[in-house]
Amino acid sequence: MSATVLIADDEPNIVISLEFMMKREGHRVLVARDGAEALEAIRRERPALVLLDATMPVHSGFEVCEAVRADPAIRDIRILMLTAKGRETDMARGLGAGADAYVTKPFSTRELLEKVREMLA
Amino acid sequence: MSAPLVLGVSFGYLLLLFAIAALADRRAAEGRSVIDNPLVYALSLGVYCSAWTYFGSVGEAAAEGIWFLPIYLGPMLAMLLAGVVILRMIRIARTYRITSIADFIASRYGKSPLLAALVTLITVVGIVPYIALQLKAVATGYQIMTAAPADSGALVWWRDSTLYVAMALAAFTILFGTRHLDSAERHEGMVAAIAFESVVKLGAFLAVGVFVTWGLFDGPADIWARAAVLPELRALARLGSGTGEGGFGHAQWFALVVLAMLSVLLLPRQFQMMVVECVDERHLKRAAWVFPAYLFLINVFVLPIAIGGRLIFGMETVDPETYVLTLPLADGARALALFVYVGGLSAATGMLIVETIAVSTMVCNDLVMPALFRGRGFGAYSGRDLTGLLLNIRRAAILGILLLGYLYFRMAGDAYALVSIGLISFAAVAQFGPALLIGIYWKGGTRLGALGGLIGGFSLWAYTLMLPSVARSGWISADFVAHGPWGIEMLAPERLFDLAGLDNLTHALFWSLLANVGLYVGLSLWRAPGARETSQALLFVDIMKRGDAGEAPVFWRGRARIADLEALAVRVLGDERGRLLFAGGQAGQSTGHGAGPLADAQLVDRVERQLAGAVGSASARVMVASVVEEEALDLDDVIAILGEASELRAANEKLKSLDQMKDDFISSVTHELRTPLTSIRALSELMLDTPDMDEAQRAEFLRIVVGESERLSRLVNQVLDMAKIESGQAEWHNSDVDLGALIVSATGGMSALFAERGTAIALDLPPAVPPVRADADRLTQVLLNLLSNAAKFVPEGRGRIEVSLKIAGDSLEVRVRDNGPGVPSADRAHVFDRFRQGGDALTRPPGTGLGLPISRRIVNHLGGEMWLESEPGEGACFGFRLPLPPAPEGEKK
Repeated sequence: MSATVLIADDEPNIVISLEFMMKREGHRVLVARDGAEALEAIRRERPALVLLDATMPVHSGFEVCEAVRADPAIRDIRILMLTAKGRETDMARGLGAGADAYVTKPFSTRELLEKVREMLA
Repeated sequence: MSAPLVLGVSFGYLLLLFAIAALADRRAAEGRSVIDNPLVYALSLGVYCSAWTYFGSVGEAAAEGIWFLPIYLGPMLAMLLAGVVILRMIRIARTYRITSIADFIASRYGKSPLLAALVTLITVVGIVPYIALQLKAVATGYQIMTAAPADSGALVWWRDSTLYVAMALAAFTILFGTRHLDSAERHEGMVAAIAFESVVKLGAFLAVGVFVTWGLFDGPADIWARAAVLPELRALARLGSGTGEGGFGHAQWFALVVLAMLSVLLLPRQFQMMVVECVDERHLKRAAWVFPAYLFLINVFVLPIAIGGRLIFGMETVDPETYVLTLPLADGARALALFVYVGGLSAATGMLIVETIAVSTMVCNDLVMPALFRGRGFGAYSGRDLTGLLLNIRRAAILGILLLGYLYFRMAGDAYALVSIGLISFAAVAQFGPALLIGIYWKGGTRLGALGGLIGGFSLWAYTLMLPSVARSGWISADFVAHGPWGIEMLAPERLFDLAGLDNLTHALFWSLLANVGLYVGLSLWRAPGARETSQALLFVDIMKRGDAGEAPVFWRGRARIADLEALAVRVLGDERGRLLFAGGQAGQSTGHGAGPLADAQLVDRVERQLAGAVGSASARVMVASVVEEEALDLDDVIAILGEASELRAANEKLKSLDQMKDDFISSVTHELRTPLTSIRALSELMLDTPDMDEAQRAEFLRIVVGESERLSRLVNQVLDMAKIESGQAEWHNSDVDLGALIVSATGGMSALFAERGTAIALDLPPAVPPVRADADRLTQVLLNLLSNAAKFVPEGRGRIEVSLKIAGDSLEVRVRDNGPGVPSADRAHVFDRFRQGGDALTRPPGTGLGLPISRRIVNHLGGEMWLESEPGEGACFGFRLPLPPAPEGEKK
């Protein structure tokens, strides 16, 4: 089952690892380097899933997530939030912003893949 | 109208008020305060408009034209100062739990019981005529409505309805204001009811205004046109002097405005509403324009009603002060008249309720309680719960004040118009102005000065204003007013020292305030204040410099057993609230020696402040002093404590900001460590799980893993470096360093990297420079940081980096300039912040975000400084300067 997945992260090496995983799963992969690019790509491509880094330039992942949920045209897009911050307040902030799932960095690739499969099922 | 109807409506209205108050109290208990609302606060200030406004203004306007206005212009001007003066008063009162104006003044001057008693006495004497005025208005209103015989003076006292009005109001006020003892002396229910009364009286007054202007006449233009025909009315609409003898009474106008400005701040009921009952000081902002707007509205129809009444009744015997009632009645508008009567009732009751509650608090806390303590000693009340006693004293005080008002009404009421009575009271409370208003800005004001000013001002008030009013009522010989005591004209109360040409109020105000301010300032300057006065002055005047009371210094030293304090608090505040004060467990406790745990100064201060809320600060002082062993402080101690407090505050602030910095640092480091770790973990796991990965892919992943590992170790090293330098644990191996040679070797070390990227490097070094004392390795580290930083940002293939060294005065300056994009102005302030890297992550060359901050700290440690010079588009230039060691004597020019 092939789906379009948007990877939004500003760390090139993390993008490489995520891209490899998603491609191996057989998905079509799009990449955004900051919050503005991510929003634009979401509006244009309507991906099935967004892997969204919380701390990005221009707009943070939280802001992107809130913007997606506020826009009726794209509000149903599934979002998996990734962040380098693991504190509970950040988790709450992420879920409060409307993310469907939340994974802290450094993440286990297996767990991440399981979550992605679950969300795309 | 039948008496039962009017009486029924009156009592119905009072019951309604009571219901509103009860509702508000219940809401407050549920935590949903109705008075925590800027509009309610502003409306509650409308208690300023008493029966004087409601009936008296029209009377004044019918006789004197626009002379009713200054009494309302004053408050409007005063509200312009709301953000400054009133805010300061509110903050002081809330911080030190001050509940009355007597308490405020006494507390400012060292919690002086004498001063508190004096202010209370002045208030009671000064306010009684004002109470009488309200009673007179209610009684007159009732007589007009029921068409009872007008001359109440002819009645024997037990048939006088005014007495019953006074008694009924006393009962009502007692039920209203003394149901429970509140340590902040706040009355939610009362405030809500008063705000409601403000709406009722405004509505009623506007209704009668509209009725007269458009019902009886054809609008204001019609009234003015008709008045213009009659010579005796023409003068009313002009700024003539009071008696119409031509010329504008500037002095009198000014005096009235100033008097009203002072009154709106200092009248007991205004202080109660504006300062004590203020729930949230932010409400003041709204009140600053809503209250003046309210005053404007309630005055809009005064002139039309006054002139309309004169036109209709002519110069008949109808008292202009009753026009608001007699005009509708004469036209048969009975329902309207009844509504207006209720409005008048609300104006009078509002004033009476708040004024008597405020004054009874003062009488209880500042006259009766201290007398009880002195008479039998506080010890005589030991073991007894004082809350019941306090409430009973207040109840008796309320009744007493109202009865005094009634007595004054019987004796002098008929000789005077409402306005004149009110002004006598205004002039009395104006005497508090200097001690209070100067005292909250000037630390030099002393207890002696305040006492002298108040006694002087009040005596002159009594002599020049009160005595003549008593004389006019026929109780003492009028000769005394006309020709002075014993015929000495110079001492004639209304022409003191031959000061003639002023009306009696302006005259009295001039002399009393002159004496008041003169004595206050003069005596304050004459004798230095004592320790307690000084400490209280500091607490009051510096109130705006502190966030809350917790940070204020505590001027107390001694030994106090917690058990004693707790017993005292329980007796005064009741069991529950008293124990609550000590519920913090070990907080506020210092080491005890056998006698049980001791309280520290903060706890003693907290208890005293809570007690002050219930019994006034002067009495609270006496009570606390009676259960603890105190050291008397002298002026030096006060200054020492103040110094300790400010040192402590500074140290606390520094700790707080250090703590914040540490938190930020840790969270940044964590973030920076996680990012490379994420890549390493993800890529390694992928390689492990994908045995059939093609070689090229695997090689790329491995390259990334190695690169990220290097980044991690660099980061760890630099974080450690940074921590060492910051904590002062780094080792410094200083020697004489030739900066020129250092630059050459540092650039040499990087030449391979520069060549690879096609970057040209140019050095501009003088042939020789004096050596600096520095750690050569760390200085190399600084140079490498700056060079690699520049190398990262120059364009590939045509990059150019210039390094220059020169002697500038007594230091050496190094600059590293590149031809990169420069630093955007928004980022310039942050380049030396930790983890602040230029550019976005994709194009940004690898770095830890610690290079520049570490470099700057190294340079700072060596006694120099580092900076950035950058114009966008022209490349960046980082420079630093290191001091040269002082030249030996011989080489000096």
